[in-house]
Amino acid sequence: MKRREPGASSESQRTQATESVGRREFLSRSLPAGWVLLAALTGCGEQTGGEGEETAGAPEEATGGGAETAVPEASAAAENPLAGYDPSQHNYAMAIDVDRCIGCGRCVEACKTENDVPREPFYFRTWIERYVVQRNGHTVVTSPNGGISGFPPVEEAEILRTFFVPKLCNHCSNPPCVQVCPVGATFKTEDGVVLVDHDYCIGCRYCIQACPYGARFLHPVTRTAEKCTFCYHRLVRGLVPACVEMCPTQARIFGDLDALSSPLARFQRMHKIQTLKAHLNTEPKVLYANLDGEVS
Amino acid sequence: MESHIQSLMEVLQQTKGYIYPNEVELHWGLLVVVYPYVTGLVAGAFILASLERVFNVREVQPTYRLSLLTALAFLLVAPLPLLAHLGHPERSFEIFLTPNLNSAMAMFGFVYAWYLAVVLLLEIWFDYRKDAVVWSQKETGFRRFVHRVFTLGANDLSEDAVAFDRSAGKFITFIGIPSAFLLHGYVGFIFGSVKANPWWSSVLIPVVFLFSAMVSGIALILILYMLTSLFRRVEIDMRCADKLASFLFYALIIDFSLEMLDFIHRLYEAEESIEILSQMISSRLFISLVVLQILLGTVAPLVLLGIFSPAFHTRAFVHAPAELRRLLYFCAAILIEVGIFSTRWNVVIGGQIFSKSLRGLTVYKVELLGLEGLVTSAFLLILPFLILYALVKYLPPWPEAEVHLPSKSES
Amino acid sequence: MRQQVSRLTILFAILIGALVAARILLVPETFGELGHFRATAIGETAALPIRYAGRAACAECHADIEENRAGGRHASLSCEACHGPGASHAEDPLATQPEKPVGRDLCTLCHGYNPSRPTGFPQIDPAVHNPLQPCTACHEAHAPEPPVTPESCSGCHGQIARTKAVSHHALLACTTCHSVEEEHKLNPSASRPTKPADRAFCGKCHAPDAQPPPEVIQEVPRVDLSSHGGHYVCWQCHYPHFPELR
Repeated sequence: MKRREPGASSESQRTQATESVGRREFLSRSLPAGWVLLAALTGCGEQTGGEGEETAGAPEEATGGGAETAVPEASAAAENPLAGYDPSQHNYAMAIDVDRCIGCGRCVEACKTENDVPREPFYFRTWIERYVVQRNGHTVVTSPNGGISGFPPVEEAEILRTFFVPKLCNHCSNPPCVQVCPVGATFKTEDGVVLVDHDYCIGCRYCIQACPYGARFLHPVTRTAEKCTFCYHRLVRGLVPACVEMCPTQARIFGDLDALSSPLARFQRMHKIQTLKAHLNTEPKVLYANLDGEVS
Repeated sequence: MESHIQSLMEVLQQTKGYIYPNEVELHWGLLVVVYPYVTGLVAGAFILASLERVFNVREVQPTYRLSLLTALAFLLVAPLPLLAHLGHPERSFEIFLTPNLNSAMAMFGFVYAWYLAVVLLLEIWFDYRKDAVVWSQKETGFRRFVHRVFTLGANDLSEDAVAFDRSAGKFITFIGIPSAFLLHGYVGFIFGSVKANPWWSSVLIPVVFLFSAMVSGIALILILYMLTSLFRRVEIDMRCADKLASFLFYALIIDFSLEMLDFIHRLYEAEESIEILSQMISSRLFISLVVLQILLGTVAPLVLLGIFSPAFHTRAFVHAPAELRRLLYFCAAILIEVGIFSTRWNVVIGGQIFSKSLRGLTVYKVELLGLEGLVTSAFLLILPFLILYALVKYLPPWPEAEVHLPSKSES
Repeated sequence: MRQQVSRLTILFAILIGALVAARILLVPETFGELGHFRATAIGETAALPIRYAGRAACAECHADIEENRAGGRHASLSCEACHGPGASHAEDPLATQPEKPVGRDLCTLCHGYNPSRPTGFPQIDPAVHNPLQPCTACHEAHAPEPPVTPESCSGCHGQIARTKAVSHHALLACTTCHSVEEEHKLNPSASRPTKPADRAFCGKCHAPDAQPPPEVIQEVPRVDLSSHGGHYVCWQCHYPHFPELR
């Protein structure tokens, strides 16, 4: 899988910074400017050293370092949640069969409970949309409170087709949100999950603007960006995300893209797969089967 | 919090069509409209100053120092709307520490610091140094202290040193022009590079931003020049005013052409987003776009300036007496400022009023109070004028206040 | 060095020194280890509390219920879908007890009729299906096979039934055109209903010389099968469940 590291371009920029051009009496003016650039870039050069060092042992150190921020009690208490977990063995993706979704909203409810998402109807890590394609060519899309309490019945006379579509963060392989974060507060992990660092995010909301899928929101209390994490805290313990666990019809399937025999592999073999807004080349990892062309 | 939830509930009631559930809350509001407006004024004022220094447009000399001080006053205020808008302004220094080089926004810290320290402050320093030295020698008390600190102890008044000041200033102005382009152009790129948003994603946005910045900057200097001359009961140099008006006209023509190009291109290609965008323009953005930005903010000033300023012809199409011309220029400049503010509004707010599902529209509720409120933004727009007043008090930009040292041949 | 230059150099050296010092002191330790982010953040996310224990955890103690469910219609459901988050109960079973849903609200969330649900999913109209009675009165929640085999197809194929009910084919039983084994009502995917294969099938009523079954009381439109509609089969143009639609 292609891994894109933000620091890859710093090599060429480093050489640019050392070129100080100009007459001798102006050297001292360009040098300070060059130093500013150098200082910025040598700091950023840290990460190019880190690129090749993603070994199995690395995550175990993760909770040891970082004197900056308060570590939650759970990890400080008994065990390191990442102990024994090797992210290099995984590349997570989700598959959704639109024909199986019954719009019950149990996934939305489970997600809000599992992840302490505020209950107001403006904050969703996952939600359900209902599409009603009418005979006159119009399509009506609704998502009452994200579908958390199901959907009301609908007038049937004019229906051509109607179905439910679950939506969530697509954990793109080429995430535009990670690209635009000015400080490096959102990132893609080695196992393919896009996470937010709530102690580092400055709340500029550029990532929310950059997400084509509307998957992000600003948490009203922490004032940082938030979104679906594929329930990462469950993944490292060998569980599946809460929404996948709850789905009564197995419309959501979760797994490793690289695993040869798994429900996800079968899904990819037996269905024609589509992703949302493929033309934007975000390389989403939520794979839809039976996705209607009206879904936007 | 409660009132915030309350207002979001109201927004939810007023949405039309379908918007993604997370899109009810509009994230970049009035403060993010003010920021590009302010940096645009900075860039525009500086470009005007550079017209005199680098391109030797002698007529606008009376506004040279005023432009620099105006640019500085607005630049000092520029980070404030951003800081007010952040969820965690106390962490904003992270942009300096760990900038993500892939992010246009990460450039902010460095471009801002570069422009403030290396371009604007240095330029002002080199231009005022000899004046500050002379003033500090004759003054007493606090003023003397301020001017002494300003000189940084560089008291050399020899012809050689003063000539060095002048050529250094010229060089800095020279590199200042692309720096000013960068200062405001990167803001345009912040929007233009968002592929998720069809209203923003465009190659033209950085260029349009730049030219509207120049337009707003020149208009601001024109207004300030007239107002300060009025307050000081000094006669306005009409050659200067006419030249400013002419440049304003040229910049406005280019700005208008670019915006029309974008508009025509969108209509012609009629991509998937055209339907919701048309709905947005005809409903939510009608007043701010069609009336304020285009008709009042661009077409009306173009007509006024085109007819009454000597932009095309040394005598202008219709020769109006000086008092009338001044009034018309003033009105045109005010209209332009309103129009450019509307332009920023239409870009920032417009890009969030329609859903990325392309199926619905939401509303933006402007609050009166609070950090995101009208009062705060009004204050942020008035603050630069207060700063400018202080700057003008200590670094008077008037041509008659400038110190002229006797040349060597005289002594 | 020229006076201006020397003064400025000192000033800039101080500023840049401050920036470099800030860089060294303030950048978090683990930043850059795994990428352009604070590596500790991964651990912080992984340490968040778990609310739903998952099926495997419930089965550890409640193996009998798990056995009861196996092979039934609710076999693929997670326990917590109906009983709510159970991680705290799995940690300390006596401290908290998951809820047992009562009434009809939870069941109708999935099984209340809604045309947007996929066809074949069992649904009832709550207003007419044993109104006011709790669902558990007739259906055991862990093995909710209906107490009697459904007579009509509309239980699972509600949208088709309702569409047909207002059409010219309203009085035709589903079995007129689809032959169904009893097995299909008990185990839908094991045995599928048939669908008509050729034009002659529709001709059984619509051919000029056909004899429609007695329940059909209206005038049956007749078409010359040899010329009408070229080589297409009837349902490529006419929706059999609402044939008036053109």
